[in-house]
Amino acid sequence: MTIISFLILFPFIAALILAFMRKGTPVRKYTLFACCALIVAGAVYFVVNSLSDGHTMSFLTETHTLDTVILIAEWGLAALVCYYSFRYRKYYCAALSLVQTGLITWLELGGHAEVLPAAHIFSDNLTIVMCLIIGIVGCLICVYAMGYMKDYKEHHTEFKDRRSFFFAMLFVFLGAMFGLVFSNNLTWIYFFWEITSICSFLLIGYNQTEEAIKNSFKALWMNLLGGLGFAIAIVYCMLELHVADLQSLVALASQPGSAAIVSIILLAFAGLTKSAQLPFSGWLLGAMVAPTPTSALLHSATMVKAGVYLLLRLSPALCGNLAGLMVTTIGGFTFFATSLLAISQSDAKKVLAYSTVSNLGLITACAGVGMYEAVWAGILLMIFHAVSKSLMFLSVGATENSLGSRNIEDMHGLIVKLPRLAYVMIIGIAGMFLAPFGMLISKWAALRAFVDSNSILLVVFLIFGSATTLFYWTKWLGTLVAVHHNSEPIKNITKKSEWFSLICHSVIMVALCVSFPLISVSLIEPFLEGMFHVTMPPIIGTGNVIIMIMMMCLIAILPIAARFLTLGKKNQVVMSYMGGANTGDDRSFTDSFGKPKRLYLANWYMTELFGEKKLLNVSLILSAAALVILTVMAIGGAV
Amino acid sequence: MKVSNSPWLLHYDGSSCNGCDIEVLACLTPVYDVERFGVINTGNPKHADIFLITGGINTQNKAVVEQIYSQMPSPKVVVAVGICACNGGIFKECYNILGGVDTVIPVDIYVPGCAARPQAIIDGVVKAVALLDEKKKKRDQKKAQGGSGNA
Amino acid sequence: MNWSVISMLLFIVLAPFAGGLLQGVDRKITARMQGRQGPPLLQPFYDLHKLFSKQSVVVNHLQDFLVCGFLVFIVFTGALFFWGGDLLLVFFALTLAEIFFIMSSCSANSPYSSMGAQRELMQAMAYEPMVLMVAIGFYMVTGSFGVSDIIGNSTPAIVWLPGIFAGFLYILTIKFRKSPFDLSTSHHAHQEMVRGLTTEISGNILGLVELSHWYENIFLLGVVALFLLDANWWSVPVAIAVCFGAYFLEILIDNVFPRVKWQSMLKSAWLVTLVAGVTNFMVLVLVK
Repeated sequence: MTIISFLILFPFIAALILAFMRKGTPVRKYTLFACCALIVAGAVYFVVNSLSDGHTMSFLTETHTLDTVILIAEWGLAALVCYYSFRYRKYYCAALSLVQTGLITWLELGGHAEVLPAAHIFSDNLTIVMCLIIGIVGCLICVYAMGYMKDYKEHHTEFKDRRSFFFAMLFVFLGAMFGLVFSNNLTWIYFFWEITSICSFLLIGYNQTEEAIKNSFKALWMNLLGGLGFAIAIVYCMLELHVADLQSLVALASQPGSAAIVSIILLAFAGLTKSAQLPFSGWLLGAMVAPTPTSALLHSATMVKAGVYLLLRLSPALCGNLAGLMVTTIGGFTFFATSLLAISQSDAKKVLAYSTVSNLGLITACAGVGMYEAVWAGILLMIFHAVSKSLMFLSVGATENSLGSRNIEDMHGLIVKLPRLAYVMIIGIAGMFLAPFGMLISKWAALRAFVDSNSILLVVFLIFGSATTLFYWTKWLGTLVAVHHNSEPIKNITKKSEWFSLICHSVIMVALCVSFPLISVSLIEPFLEGMFHVTMPPIIGTGNVIIMIMMMCLIAILPIAARFLTLGKKNQVVMSYMGGANTGDDRSFTDSFGKPKRLYLANWYMTELFGEKKLLNVSLILSAAALVILTVMAIGGAV
Repeated sequence: MKVSNSPWLLHYDGSSCNGCDIEVLACLTPVYDVERFGVINTGNPKHADIFLITGGINTQNKAVVEQIYSQMPSPKVVVAVGICACNGGIFKECYNILGGVDTVIPVDIYVPGCAARPQAIIDGVVKAVALLDEKKKKRDQKKAQGGSGNA
Repeated sequence: MNWSVISMLLFIVLAPFAGGLLQGVDRKITARMQGRQGPPLLQPFYDLHKLFSKQSVVVNHLQDFLVCGFLVFIVFTGALFFWGGDLLLVFFALTLAEIFFIMSSCSANSPYSSMGAQRELMQAMAYEPMVLMVAIGFYMVTGSFGVSDIIGNSTPAIVWLPGIFAGFLYILTIKFRKSPFDLSTSHHAHQEMVRGLTTEISGNILGLVELSHWYENIFLLGVVALFLLDANWWSVPVAIAVCFGAYFLEILIDNVFPRVKWQSMLKSAWLVTLVAGVTNFMVLVLVK
């Protein structure tokens, strides 16, 4: 119990300390590192403790005082939203916030419903998984942010230096996420949910440029809309169903024909907005105006993971009904459409953003199918995605600081220019889509689950989405490994703290690939047995695990195999072929006037087929229509 | 098995009048079908064993011929097809012509004619193929000697 | 030693010979279709021997390493398949091999091989959905992705999967690098981008690429055979006959159709996947 309160409250305290610390002193740096170390230690201690003491526990049934505190804090959040909304004349945000906070207050103070007492704090294996993701990946991002923001400030002198605020917000975010995963009471979850919305709003608007403010408000209204859905769901639960906690709600809704499905749909809607599914993908794409650690945090360890976490929790209630159909359709379509859109992007962060939305779509679809194999795949996807996406964002950020650009085209030949960063990035990309690394195993299980559930549409989305995913990642990979002759490494200004974070990520990534069967057996399978009340057969047979480990070994011994296969021949290095007119350095050729002409090798973006102009609006309209129609059908069917 | 069983050639047109080029391509047609001997017209110096040049060398293509030759992995053979490639031919006195192919790279086989007949070209290629084996043998011997020298 | 291990070892040892012979047959038939006599049947082996005895010329040292990755994973793919492994994993390993190859071309950083690499990637995007559809089709019919389970069925899978079989034959043209879909590099010498993907690969490294293609072709014909194989012994000769038929069909297509633009290839391959593959899948969902 103590450790849980520590994990929730300590990040807030750390945030307070960092907010009032003097700028630019080494003291701040070491305080931040110490706080991160404490959080990681706490998370690990909690995990070890709960694994040895049995997997599930619940606490706190009577919490009147705490409820009051939370209610007051909620009004504080509403006041904050109102302040910013009036300052920038975005009144709709204020309206959204006031309506939902009003609803909750009315419910709490009016005493309208008799609610069965239930635990407010709850922890099981999914909590443990989330706790590890938030604690370890989140803290590594914070460590990285320390070094990164220093360079960022030097590169962008035009922005005001608000680093104390920035670091404080990162920790608030972590605290809110811990709160969210440990809470079982819906009002509590809702409270932490709102904190993450507002935190992301503040972080996205960090630079205070016009674009940053516009995008931050976009994030705010979309997430508040989801929050409104959440608030209505709570009201419905309490008034109609007399439950106030997530576990009982899901148990209730899992019975066929239950009226609880209405609140499940509303909660799923909130989950879809938070995990940036189409048509709400806009806020996550806009979020990349913020400094890279923000993007890394939003995309990997926190925020969007809150959305899919909620959906995974709801998944038993989504099996085989219209609500499930709504979630799977939106998720599957998002996976497909955004991976098409990613092909036409050359901005590395934008590709990453689309790929995040796309992968979350897959997790959402897994949750919506509601079968245990699918949920298994969803949880594994979530773990692997958190680590590899965080690694990708951090390495792109470090590359941007050294290279001065984050365009993929400029990363041409990075393996010569910034070799160490290139290797780290290759590990990240391999983790995102290549066999035998993590994501692919989960995709394998997801595909099987989709076929088992006979969802034709999902299968179609998955096979085409996989093909397009292959395209945009391999394109990037190819750009990284291009070797320019006579090109020199450029100065790598990546700080030690950044390196620490990057290397930890890479090590975790590789370790996860090797140890995922262990994670599956010790964490995920017991959790699923509890969730679906079935004894499940092993999803991946031992034979297949061995095959995957063999593939890892093959990659590891490849350098030796290469020596053997090339017969130990000494290679002679020659120029590349340009019709005999190569001027000697592979960079230019002699043109018809006898003058050297620069050569530029670009990737394919195929904007006329996959461009944003062509596809974005169509997919937004299609997904919005699907969302509205399916929601109405699902609610209409239940009422 | 010998290297000569699989001669892949690269056809380069220097400053020819295209007469010889047409004859070279005629060798690939069903009437002559040089693929019978395993000959493939690769169009890529990195894959080629035989460098087949028509037309003379001028100031512009000198560097190109040298570069292409340098990109071919050894053992390699150069065949000059047509009188222009052998010594400049009818264009010899032109202001921009340097002469035959042997002014820039070592030529192994000369195939005269204006234009060279397909039969002559095939004959040249067959001779070149025999030379490939010889060069390979020489290279291996040299390697063996070098190896023993080191030991 | 059981049968699965033996067939895996047979694949590793014999596939290069079978693949080379098939290519020899291909060149002979192609020549005859064009009214020529054609090279000797063993010509591909002469070529390979020559390539291995040539000097090794590369553009950089990363290139040959990545090509070795291609070969190793193609062999792994085929070995896993003939061992009776999981079909989805087999296809994932195939994709990994393909990515090694594409990366090696990208690393050369030359205009022709880069263009070839982009086109190869495009081709991979075009055929990937159909390849996954094949695995899904087998799973629907037999309830398992395992190759050994699939061939243990009492009826051949093609009875249930005619659409998916047709779709697979369509993308086989892309995989065999036959016209009209030989965009990235052709198995023939004539080529619009010099040699595309393999432009900068030469000597013994090119030999490794050739060898990998032979392994790959035998593996692909193995997938064709999988549609026909069942528990009866006579399904084996039938499957082999169908493989030859499919191979002949590809040669015929190669000689009849001119090369198309990439847009047509992508759109038609996806359309075929949707029409033949997905329709077949939908029928299976309804029937099974």
